[in-house]
Amino acid sequence: MPILSHLWIILALPLAGSAINGLLGKRWPKSAVNSVAIGAVSLTFLAVAELVREFFQLAPDRIPYVGDYFTWMIAGPFRVDFALQVDQLTVVMLLVVSFVGMLIHIYSTGYMAHEGGYYRFFSYLNLFMFFMLTLVLAANLVVMFVGWEGVGLCSYLLIGFWFLKKSAADAGKKAFITTRIGDFGFTVGVLFVFATFQSIDFQTIFKSLAANPVSEGLLTTICILLFTGAVGKSAQLPLYVWLPDAMEGPTPVSALIHAATMVTAGVYMVARMNPLFSRAPIAMLVVAIVGAITAFYSATIGLMQTDIKKVLAYSTVSQLGYMFLGCGVGAYAAGIFHLMTHAFFKGLLFLCAGSVIHAMGDEQNMMKMGGLRKKIPITYWTMLIATLAIAGIPGFAGFFSKDEILEAAQSGPHANFILWLLGVAGAALTSFYMFRLIFLTFFGEPRYDEHAVHVHESPKNMTIPLMILAFCSIFGGWFAAPKLIGGIDHFSTFLDPVFTMYAPSAPPPAESAASAGVALAHALISWPVFVAILGLLVAWWFYIKSPETPKRLAKSLHALYILIFNKYYVDEIYAALIVRPLLWISTHVLWHVVDERVIDGTVNGVATVARESGGELRKLQSGNTRSYAAWVVVGAVCFTFLLLLVLGMR
Amino acid sequence: MIVPVSYYLVLSAILFGLGVVAFVFKRNVITVFMSIELMLNAVNLAFVAFARAHNQLDGLVFVFFVIVVAAAESAVGLAIVIVLARNRESLNVERVNLLKF
Amino acid sequence: MSLPFILFFAFGLLAVAGAVMLILAREPIHSALALILVMICLAVLYLLLGAEFIAAVQIIVYAGAIMVLFVFVIMLLNMGVEERTNFSKFAYVGVVAAFVLLLEIGHWMYHSAVGGATANGAEPATAFSTVDLSTLLFRSYLFPFEATSILILIAILGALVLARKEE
Repeated sequence: MPILSHLWIILALPLAGSAINGLLGKRWPKSAVNSVAIGAVSLTFLAVAELVREFFQLAPDRIPYVGDYFTWMIAGPFRVDFALQVDQLTVVMLLVVSFVGMLIHIYSTGYMAHEGGYYRFFSYLNLFMFFMLTLVLAANLVVMFVGWEGVGLCSYLLIGFWFLKKSAADAGKKAFITTRIGDFGFTVGVLFVFATFQSIDFQTIFKSLAANPVSEGLLTTICILLFTGAVGKSAQLPLYVWLPDAMEGPTPVSALIHAATMVTAGVYMVARMNPLFSRAPIAMLVVAIVGAITAFYSATIGLMQTDIKKVLAYSTVSQLGYMFLGCGVGAYAAGIFHLMTHAFFKGLLFLCAGSVIHAMGDEQNMMKMGGLRKKIPITYWTMLIATLAIAGIPGFAGFFSKDEILEAAQSGPHANFILWLLGVAGAALTSFYMFRLIFLTFFGEPRYDEHAVHVHESPKNMTIPLMILAFCSIFGGWFAAPKLIGGIDHFSTFLDPVFTMYAPSAPPPAESAASAGVALAHALISWPVFVAILGLLVAWWFYIKSPETPKRLAKSLHALYILIFNKYYVDEIYAALIVRPLLWISTHVLWHVVDERVIDGTVNGVATVARESGGELRKLQSGNTRSYAAWVVVGAVCFTFLLLLVLGMR
Repeated sequence: MIVPVSYYLVLSAILFGLGVVAFVFKRNVITVFMSIELMLNAVNLAFVAFARAHNQLDGLVFVFFVIVVAAAESAVGLAIVIVLARNRESLNVERVNLLKF
Repeated sequence: MSLPFILFFAFGLLAVAGAVMLILAREPIHSALALILVMICLAVLYLLLGAEFIAAVQIIVYAGAIMVLFVFVIMLLNMGVEERTNFSKFAYVGVVAAFVLLLEIGHWMYHSAVGGATANGAEPATAFSTVDLSTLLFRSYLFPFEATSILILIAILGALVLARKEE
């Protein structure tokens, strides 16, 4: 079992690629940098493929497979080993991360071909792969946190890749700081976990939890704290504000980090900790509520954005909400399924957007596009496929995953009507704004100067990944298809052991396989499908058939329009309520008072005391002999007095 | 009536104290030197008194040496005074003020 | 009121008076003469205590040589009454301190173990023997004796070098 016994190879490859490119790549030609970076990530993917093959040969009692490499730290009872584990969930995540990562690396060679800092980009990208894989492979909370923080770091570095541009640098900072808030909650959660279980190792925690029950209040606290980390990292309400700004980074970065992998870390974490969450229903409810509200809320903002990448950013926030909704209602497998399909179609959407931007000479405003359908056909078709997937049109990947989530919300063990309603409404809006994007960008008359912009299709190293991802966006969801025709959902079945090994109660009896036709009909004639098609039709009406309708609607619902167009002023509210007071405190209290007066004052004060007292003492050397004589006498008096005291005479 | 030794000691103390007063108070360099001699004499008296009290001669030996050293010291000291007076035209101890900060 | 007692008080008072005169005199020559008086009184007191040799040495060396040297220098440097300068205010603190010192030491001396114990006081049965003193000097204290002779040599050289007129 070469790979399984040496899991660290999967981590070492991208790390080596990052180090080589970062340290040596500055003077290398682009081809050399490419070979190192693409080579590293391709080898990683091959290693993962081999790992999967070996995994399938493992006996079930050896899963999860844990590889313990060295003891990282021991502080009394607190012990952290650098240990990696592989179970079914890990396998899914590894495949998604390495496969999509590899495709995006290849795409970047085309997209970033004319950019400066080429080697730096690929160094960071490889580094990101390293940290993400660490996060996914981790066997305990601390190693996962290393990966967690590491991807945050790479996100900051990559968002602010064009660091000379102020808005990009600010966006990087905003991302880092906002996720930091979540990370603080996560850290406290880890501390609570350690306090409760005396260990931060997953298997140890889960076994201990199954054997000795822990108070529900404590579990709820832990889960909610861990979830705040997910809220930050996966951009849910209220910590989502960094993700739209993160679009300042290059488009491949948006695709990889802010669509396919990093932002899904929160979902992965919740799924990984499912034994804890399953025993804390209140926490699950919180997760589901946050997910559902975010899904709907973010979709409303996406309705009115004009920047093509911003629409996709809000769409990502919204889809992440769906994943959390899935986990929150107990359908962990559905949440992960949606994570996987989302990686495919959202990654594809971003890459296509990059292709459009590349074609339009770096224009990102949809209002200045139009009629690109015939000019960049490959991009158009792949983007259309991705849009069909995300909208949940039957047959495409997104349909299967979104449908499973909404079904769990409707009739699963933790079902909730309002949450289901929010999910369906969000699906409607999703379909609408995504098709709005397609129609504005690819249909209609060109709204730009055709002589100034030379629209051209992207080179092969960009279009081939698009086509591969389009293929996955169609067929990637078909693991679950057999369920509709009387078979079983392969995906959920595969992931089942992860979610049932330490589950609190016996899983509900598998629904008797309904007859083929009933299941299929039930799936097709359902609300999600209806609203998806509805959204498509309304978008067609608004943007193709009668383009004045949006303007009229905006005028008549002016207040609402302004509110949503300005993203509900959330950024402004945060700035006023949180940022400005903090800055004020930092400047006026911490800086002027504590730093300048107290700390500097103390240090300078010591120096001043020394100097002043020295100055006074210096005056003793007056040169006047009589005063010297007087001092001698005074000294003699004191000395005699001391002697008297010592010798004890009265 | 016998004079107790402590009386001699008190006398010695008084003379010493007066010597100190003169040391601080007087402005003529030579007078300051003389006050030092006065102090030394007072100490000699104390030594002799203690020698008497213990009936040992060692105190007297010490007195002997004090006198010798005082002699040497006055010789050198007065030589310095002469040089000072030559350079400064004044015997005021307050004019000897070059050793300042 | 035995004779030693009267003698002690008389010469003691005289010594103190001399010291006070040293302080109060305006001319340095008066101070020198006062100091000579003090020394002579002290010589008498030494005799009272039975230290004959020391009394003699006091008169011959101290009063007879050292003070004569002082007088010579005063005569040589004939500066008269010097100006009243008052650069140092701190000196007056010194005066007060000096009095405090006086009291301290006096108190101490009075209460020292020696003082009280020797009730058989200062009157010796016999005076100190000069023979014994010289034996002590040339046997136990030989080294300091020789060292002081070198010291005197150095003092002479030093005085010569210092007071030489520059050519």
